[in-house]
Amino acid sequence: MSAQAIVEKLKGKFSAEILDVVEFRGETTVTVKKEQIVDICTFMRDDFGYNLLCDLCGVDYMGKSPRFMVVYNLYNITTKQRIRIKAPVEELNANIDTVSTVWGTANWHERECWDLMGIKFNNHPDLRRILMPADWEGHPLRKDYPLQGPDREPYKGRLS
Amino acid sequence: MVMTPEVLTLSETPWLFTGVMLVKIAVAFVVTILIVAYATYAERKIIGRMQTRMGPTMTGPKGLLQPIADGLKLFFKEDIIPSQSHWFAFILAPMMILAPAFISISVIPFGGDLEFSYEGILYAVPMQIADLNIGVLFIVAMAGLGVYGIVLAGLASNSKYALLGGIRSTAQMISYELAVGLSIVAIFMLSETLSLRGIVAAQQLPLWGMESFSFIPNWYIFCQPLAFGLFVIGSMAEINRTPFDLPEAETELVSGFCTEYSAMKYALFFMAEYANMITVSAIATTLFLGGWGGPFYGWINFLLKVFSFMFFFIWIRATFPRLRYDQLMFLGWKIMLPLALANIVITGISILIWL
Amino acid sequence: MAANTNETMTINMGPQHPSTHGVLQLILELDGEIVVKATPHIGFLHRGIEKLSEHRTYHQIIPLTDRLDYLAPMSNNLGYVLAVEKLLGITDEIPERVQRIRVIMTELTRLKSHLVWLACHALDIGAMTVFLYCFRERECITDIYEKVSGARMTSNYFRVGGLADDLPDGLEGEIRTFAESIPAHVEEYEGLLTGNRIWQKRTVGVGEISAEAAIDIGITGPALRASGVDWDLRRDNPYCGYEDYEFEVPVRTGCDTFDRYRVRLDEMLQSAQIILQALDKLKPGPTLADCPKIVLPPKKDVVNNIESLIHHFKIVTAGFEPEPGEIYQSVEAPKGELGYYLISDGSSHPFRMKIRPPSFVNLQGLPQMVEGKLLADVVAVIGTLDIVLGEIDR
Repeated sequence: MSAQAIVEKLKGKFSAEILDVVEFRGETTVTVKKEQIVDICTFMRDDFGYNLLCDLCGVDYMGKSPRFMVVYNLYNITTKQRIRIKAPVEELNANIDTVSTVWGTANWHERECWDLMGIKFNNHPDLRRILMPADWEGHPLRKDYPLQGPDREPYKGRLS
Repeated sequence: MVMTPEVLTLSETPWLFTGVMLVKIAVAFVVTILIVAYATYAERKIIGRMQTRMGPTMTGPKGLLQPIADGLKLFFKEDIIPSQSHWFAFILAPMMILAPAFISISVIPFGGDLEFSYEGILYAVPMQIADLNIGVLFIVAMAGLGVYGIVLAGLASNSKYALLGGIRSTAQMISYELAVGLSIVAIFMLSETLSLRGIVAAQQLPLWGMESFSFIPNWYIFCQPLAFGLFVIGSMAEINRTPFDLPEAETELVSGFCTEYSAMKYALFFMAEYANMITVSAIATTLFLGGWGGPFYGWINFLLKVFSFMFFFIWIRATFPRLRYDQLMFLGWKIMLPLALANIVITGISILIWL
Repeated sequence: MAANTNETMTINMGPQHPSTHGVLQLILELDGEIVVKATPHIGFLHRGIEKLSEHRTYHQIIPLTDRLDYLAPMSNNLGYVLAVEKLLGITDEIPERVQRIRVIMTELTRLKSHLVWLACHALDIGAMTVFLYCFRERECITDIYEKVSGARMTSNYFRVGGLADDLPDGLEGEIRTFAESIPAHVEEYEGLLTGNRIWQKRTVGVGEISAEAAIDIGITGPALRASGVDWDLRRDNPYCGYEDYEFEVPVRTGCDTFDRYRVRLDEMLQSAQIILQALDKLKPGPTLADCPKIVLPPKKDVVNNIESLIHHFKIVTAGFEPEPGEIYQSVEAPKGELGYYLISDGSSHPFRMKIRPPSFVNLQGLPQMVEGKLLADVVAVIGTLDIVLGEIDR
């Protein structure tokens, strides 16, 4: 099934949820509302065979509204196809439902996203910091988080 | 005129007896220590060669002074006693491991009689520190004592890795001691003595009493191959050598029971390991390979056999992976113990029928 | 051996421990020797590579990727470089020689990584000799690394649109000799391990994970193929001209440590085959794509040619600016699927770079592979998952 066909079917089932569909360099990106993300992901897994969640990450579009985007890179091991689903998340009350019930691998990816980007995942079984120390303050991958870390002189070299 | 040599006794010639005894103890101890030191060197060199590398080369010619440098270094290192440890047991443990290892050497005969004349009387001195009439039992007992040191080290360190190592070694050594002990039983069923000297003497006779095969000695390895195998495997387990080195399994328990030890105490553990290796090789030589008997002069045969055993142990270390705890227990209780028992039964029946 | 009491002992395995392959910390709850619960704690090596890369130009990020999986630097380079090329839309302009050399070097990298894996795995289980044999061969690969890139580990050899430099003279022969010697070496390792009863006892049936569970957890690479899933990105989503080579994807169905070991050994043989095929197909040609605004010109031109000098200056100081968009590019790294998710906002820095490290995801499977097993199996499973903490913690 081609990516267009999949997107069409997705549109048929979740017409109110789809915000945008983009093709870039042969990759299809579907932007959906975050409310029914678990249903959409379950649908993608069960009906289209996207059984592998390659990657899950947060993106910080600081200055735009909604500020965050949670990105799901899916892969179908049988047909070797990829598709990308994105869900915007507002800055205030930044949360989205966990998909760790759909793909077990989302567990750590979501923990990482919470740790580095500060997006909460509702109903996550074990939402702790994963890369940063447990008592760390702030979420380092946010664009307003200083590169050199908190309370330090900005680096004046080639990076500043 | 051929004089029959007299045997030295404490009651008739106390000073001479004591002097000769001290000399024997000193010689045995120094030789053992030297072998211990150079066993580490040999192990590093041999395994090095097997692993396509050089081993020690820098200290002295061909790295020959390496064991001494290691010893010196460990001797002068800071001796750390963890604050949470039980300090008395912590200090006691390494000694409790080393002492039994060396004590076992005392009953091993490493040569025939040495004759010398003093004040016109010819004396015969056995090349053995003490010929106990229960020599084999004594060795088994000493091997059992070694366990205490390891358990104590594990407990006194107050470290979880050390504790796990201690627990492992307790279970391991007790289970394998059974198999080893039982495999020896067959030997003294044949020799009808517990004295190691007597066992060696029995092995100098021709094989199975057949004069026509007199060029093959009656070494017990020929009539007890199963017991020999069990003894060698079991004793590898008892001295914690690969593939049975679980108590100190480096990649699992960091260093097992000696995790918290440093400096000379750590060196004592190491010396104990190699001393145990020597002891076990010496016992195997005595019980199965005819002790000092062989083509060369007494103690040279003995040392050659001991060294080949040690080479075997080193070789195994370079070859085998490590067993897992449950597999080790399985091997000990469900394979080796029944085999040892069966061996005793078969030996008993054979003795009843043929002898 | 069932758990009879509720009392467990908690031990911290790591972050300083000989067999956690770096700074992994495992909190193990033990009932005797049986693991009741294993909780991995990671992040001790976190260097913020994703954050750093948002503040560097595209070329400046290549050295950072070396530090991800430092046992397979060129695979990381390749994944990143391919991702940027895809983002720029210059994938089709990469010269054939570049593609061949990239394949040769990444397959050497696979061998290098697998050699270290085998060495450490065997050492963890107690077979010390294999360790040194493997490092003997790995030494040859680091020598080749040194000859092509000047560095033995962090190679930084691939560039966006090409290579840092062509292969030095005579190296092709050296690589060929090495690749031809691999089957004999693999046979040697197999002789020491495969038939060894103790090795089999320690690995067969240890750390089992079914295909469904492995896909759910996201395990990729050899670990997935040993669970019977026939999937290899080199064959299924070919990149870098992998479709030109004939190779088999070893698949086994045992799901256990032993089969993962066999799969990786078979992969080493296949890698050697691919290297030989690529060497046969290697023809002289340019080692840089014809995209002067993107590709760093060779040093010789920079000092002799004003145009190259200007391009060099522009690329080094300002970098290039891909059009806005986002792409995900993954390669079959030795440990599994290594993915780069790049978002460009039209500036000279990536807006966001997310790395999908295979080890990070594979490590998630550890708790369910070891719980209920013995402590010694934890070590075997850590070895068989082939994790590298540089990549997990980024």
